Amino acid sequence: MSDKPQNTDQKPQGFIRRFLALPSDSVEKTLFVALSLCLVASMIVSAVAVSLRPIQEVNKLKDKQINILQVAGVYDPSKDVLEAFQAFEPQVLELETGLFTDQFDAATFDDRAAADNPEISIALSDDPAGIGRKSKFVTVYLLRNEDDSIDKLILPIHGYGLWSTLYGFIALEANGNDIYGLQFYSHAETPGLGAEVDNPRWKVLWSGKKLADAQNELQISVTKAVPAAGAEYHVDALSGATLTSVGVHNLVRFWMGEEGYAPFLANLKAGDI
Amino acid sequence: MAQTRREMLIDPLVDNNPITLQVLGICSALAVTSSLKVALVMTIAVTIVTAFSSMFISMIRNHIPSSIRIIVQMVIIASLVIMVDQVLKAFAFEISKTLSVFVGLIITNCIVMGRAEAFAMKNTPLDSFVDGIGNGLGYGLILMLVGFFRELFGSGSLFGVTVLETVNNGGWYVPNGLLLLPPSAFFVIGLLIWAFRTWKPAQVEEREYKIQNVEAH
Repeated sequence: MSDKPQNTDQKPQGFIRRFLALPSDSVEKTLFVALSLCLVASMIVSAVAVSLRPIQEVNKLKDKQINILQVAGVYDPSKDVLEAFQAFEPQVLELETGLFTDQFDAATFDDRAAADNPEISIALSDDPAGIGRKSKFVTVYLLRNEDDSIDKLILPIHGYGLWSTLYGFIALEANGNDIYGLQFYSHAETPGLGAEVDNPRWKVLWSGKKLADAQNELQISVTKAVPAAGAEYHVDALSGATLTSVGVHNLVRFWMGEEGYAPFLANLKAGDI
Repeated sequence: MAQTRREMLIDPLVDNNPITLQVLGICSALAVTSSLKVALVMTIAVTIVTAFSSMFISMIRNHIPSSIRIIVQMVIIASLVIMVDQVLKAFAFEISKTLSVFVGLIITNCIVMGRAEAFAMKNTPLDSFVDGIGNGLGYGLILMLVGFFRELFGSGSLFGVTVLETVNNGGWYVPNGLLLLPPSAFFVIGLLIWAFRTWKPAQVEEREYKIQNVEAH
């Protein structure tokens, strides 16, 4: 504090004002502006992010549940999603044994994170679905009838199409062989061509198809021509989207095969589930 | 500035449009115009970010050291964009899924940065705010025009409501698949710029050089 009277009316008082009064291009001011701006900006951003997180989590959960409801054919937009979803029973399935496990909490088990966790996933050498690593555990959803028998099975599937990994669900009837529906909830295929996997007119083709024939040979295919096995194992490929169709063909066959849900479906047919 | 606030708001719509005249913000105009709904949300997001970032930058413009001014502007813009992104994820989840990374990429939208550097650093907060709104709307106008053509002829609908029944859904209209892909926005924007400059010849830039006839020796 100098004793000389200053020309300006207000003498800079306090810590912040003293900095503000400095010439803008001085080193101290530059550091002060940089630091305080970062501090203020980061506080505001983190406050917003933290306060909105619960709503976002609910949205994400709802989005996934809506897809499960849709593929099971019980989605009603007028009803509350979380409530309607109570009808489904989530279970963590160990793919190799085909049995449910209670090592993990089914309500919180994260399939996608599990596929990146080296302890519970394996790198695939033979990888037709183009997914790289496969989690040993997946979350499946059971829809039960009133008498507690299984009505439908909702199994998650994913694999590479043309541009992107398609994530979806396949819904099977209780016999483990008849397809009820198939739906992808996340992909980035070409709009108007590969993205027609979302077209209801194509999705409905899956309904009533069979996975395997009487000899338990996996026959389901997504191709242009009807294969020798017959139309009940065949879904017409999307016109103009050959590579997406090949991707869907490969990923469905992969997940329904020995590497995927075949052990589980065998247990189901044997009545062990 | 001789400009009135009204002019600041109206000017960027046609006479000084950020896309057609300044040719800024093209990248996001390619990405988000395949449907009108998405284009509208993007317009609102960009308008809010431009307006508020210009206002905040203008408020502290006398204290921004020129050596780090770009970084300071970026920090303010980025914080606002993150906030918009978070709010969309919380309250418009479906749309935020379609917009995916493009909300985050508003940070790199040259319009926001351009207005901060060219206008907000020299003008009062209120003027900068109005200027930001104007430029956001100018950007939005082009987005909506491009989106109109792309959605109508690419998917046969407007705002998701079917106008032309497509063959895939049992109708008669064979959609133009190119219009759903980003490159088509280049063509549409190019045609729009042509149309604007034919309408307002003052927008045509002078050539920076002329090809001269050199005498042969």
